[in-house]
Amino acid sequence: MNIDLVIGILNIVLISTTPLVFAGIGELVTEKSGVLNLGLEGLMLVGAVTGFITLVLTGNYFYSLFFSIISGVILSGMFAFLVLNLITNQIATGLALTIFGIGLSAMLGKKFSGTPIEGLNPYYFIVISFLLVFMVSYFLSNTKSGLIVRAVGEDHNSAYALGYNVIKTRYMTIIFGGVMSSLAGFYISICYAPMWQEGMTAGRGWIALALVVFATWKPWRLLVGAYIFGGVAIMQMNLQAIGVKLPGQFFNMMPYLATIIVLVFISSNKLRLRLSAPASLNIPFEKDQ
Amino acid sequence: MQPIIEFQNIYKEYPGVVANNNVSFKIIRQSIHAILGENGAGKSTLVKILYGHVKPDNGQIILNSDLATINSPTMAQSLGINMVFQHFSLFESLTVAENLILGMSEKISLSKLKSKSETICNKYGFNLNLNSPISSLSVGQRQSVEIVRSLLNNPKILIMDEPTSVLTPEEINKLFKIIKKLVADGLTVIFISHKLDEIINLSDYVTIMRNGKVISNLTTKNEDPESLGYKMLGYKVTKTEQINNINYSENVLSLSNLSSYSQDPFITNLNKINFNLKKGQILGIAGVAGNGQKELMEILLNENDFEFNGDIIFKNININKLSTFQRKSLSISYVTEQRLGHSAVPEMSLSENILLSMNHKSYFKKGDFINFDRINSYANNVIKNFNVDTPSFNVKAGKLSGGNLQKFIIGREIMSDPELLILSQPTWGIDAGSEAFIKKSLIELSQRGVSIIIISHDLDELLEVCHNISVLYEGSLSKSLNVENIDITTLGKYMGGLFD
Repeated sequence: MNIDLVIGILNIVLISTTPLVFAGIGELVTEKSGVLNLGLEGLMLVGAVTGFITLVLTGNYFYSLFFSIISGVILSGMFAFLVLNLITNQIATGLALTIFGIGLSAMLGKKFSGTPIEGLNPYYFIVISFLLVFMVSYFLSNTKSGLIVRAVGEDHNSAYALGYNVIKTRYMTIIFGGVMSSLAGFYISICYAPMWQEGMTAGRGWIALALVVFATWKPWRLLVGAYIFGGVAIMQMNLQAIGVKLPGQFFNMMPYLATIIVLVFISSNKLRLRLSAPASLNIPFEKDQ
Repeated sequence: MQPIIEFQNIYKEYPGVVANNNVSFKIIRQSIHAILGENGAGKSTLVKILYGHVKPDNGQIILNSDLATINSPTMAQSLGINMVFQHFSLFESLTVAENLILGMSEKISLSKLKSKSETICNKYGFNLNLNSPISSLSVGQRQSVEIVRSLLNNPKILIMDEPTSVLTPEEINKLFKIIKKLVADGLTVIFISHKLDEIINLSDYVTIMRNGKVISNLTTKNEDPESLGYKMLGYKVTKTEQINNINYSENVLSLSNLSSYSQDPFITNLNKINFNLKKGQILGIAGVAGNGQKELMEILLNENDFEFNGDIIFKNININKLSTFQRKSLSISYVTEQRLGHSAVPEMSLSENILLSMNHKSYFKKGDFINFDRINSYANNVIKNFNVDTPSFNVKAGKLSGGNLQKFIIGREIMSDPELLILSQPTWGIDAGSEAFIKKSLIELSQRGVSIIIISHDLDELLEVCHNISVLYEGSLSKSLNVENIDITTLGKYMGGLFD
């Protein structure tokens, strides 16, 4: 194998993995505060289609990014209102958000499918994704606000008893997660593959969800995990190109298989599970009046 | 003397119950003011209102002669009110330092926090390692973290909600010394309890609450435990005297060298437990929670194939390998700690809950069909004989109050004519009337020759009912002490692990 091929592969891995990092780090913060948002795939698709349409209509990348992010704020804000104020089931609401996002993006993007645009250089976003991981990691372990997020995810009743606003904290983390997901979608439709196609996120939202568990809720592990998952996906194409006879489905399965293995591993030891998973994850919070 | 707090006509209603009914009284500055009442009397609601946790429907709080609106715990803290919770509000996977920071309203650097908390620890004799995670601390140490965390905010008023319910007698003594020192240094302490002796020992003033109302405001030194108890309940509780009617020649249950070897860090392994329970004897197993009580119950019950070495002999039969079902068929009955969800299914009627525990008895079945007439009449008998307050046996178990449900559950087991009854926390969190009734039933049962094991954190209960008491400490069981000539100091030492 020559050096150019290796660099080429690394380059592709770098470019293709970035949306996983964005969506994953957003979901990590949401889950750290005790909320499970299964709507990533939907959020990404809507973010992708909003960014794309805005770009086609205005030709302005800034507007495109702005409206993509706004879509994430609105959708995740809706999700937050449902699960935090109306105390709906987080799993059902998240799944509904995904299904809603798939449908909405397909409907909005129908006319724009196949419209050619000029893509944005992905390297800025790759740098930003690394910075984000660093910032989230620093935020969670070194700042009081980060400590509050962890405390709320650990035991929301105690956090409330101490005077912290559980609902407000979770609104912030859910919306942060939503913005990160729509950013991932923007990256896919504007930088990675400058085009719009129905369902173009191709399951990356689910991989990002698996990634958070794989990383046992730790930002740096999430970055490493994202590149392993991304690398496996790219390897599939290259291995097939050089004639290795392994079915593509085998590689598609890998991220989920790896996640199941990690889950089994951390669940086998109660202490490890206790110290890695936010204890209030997916548990509804109701304050007494 | 100047009152620091005055409650004026505090009213709070929850669906179906008035938790605080025009509560008015004053708390004197720099005093220890106890609020005494049964579970459900409205004590907790009242202090939650003071702490900004619950909003009253009506009424006001005067703080330092000014009208105070306290809408949130943060606001309470800024007014100098802090609270130590009954069920700790600590974050288990975070470190002591992180927990302390979370309790502080002001921003603080780690080094400043260290010096500040060290000052407090030295002054009041706490011993904390700031870097250990809460999950590695004992219950007493956790409470220390809670108290230090409140003190870091320089409070003027400290609310303590049932602070002694999880402590050993020695830890309670230490806590009381600390509270007295805090008050001498200028703090006002509001102390909530339903334990009469503690209130007599500690407080300056006491407010007695019943059914959401203030019954009386008293100066503690004019009272004794009997007078307080009478005022708290509104009637006199008659104690049943336990007498020794044990048949020492007949072993009912023998444990020999019972040990467990689990790797799970949340399990307390049992260490060579031995005892012989005689016919008609009540053995109490005392100790602070988390010293192996759950594990011992698990092994005696055998619901989860908990692995252990040693032998359990019930009337010359080795029952090591027998399932819960088989053990029940040998006439061993159980009352587990969790009333709802373990002893009874909340969504099922009382009759159905009879069947769930009596499934091994063919009496209730015709072939595989349920004989509802027999179940219903059994349930009716339990309700009648054990004073269960319920309109009928069709009521769902979850609708009963804690005390009534516990009477029903214990009645259900007693009426199945067991030879051995094993109970865990039989009177935890129930009203004094039901508690007295249950104690009486257990004493009478033992008089009829039934052997009983009671696992409980409540020493007073064990001292009243049992013939013998052993203490469980970190998985080891002390030798048994005879209740007739028991020495409380020895018992306290045992609870702290000082036995061979």
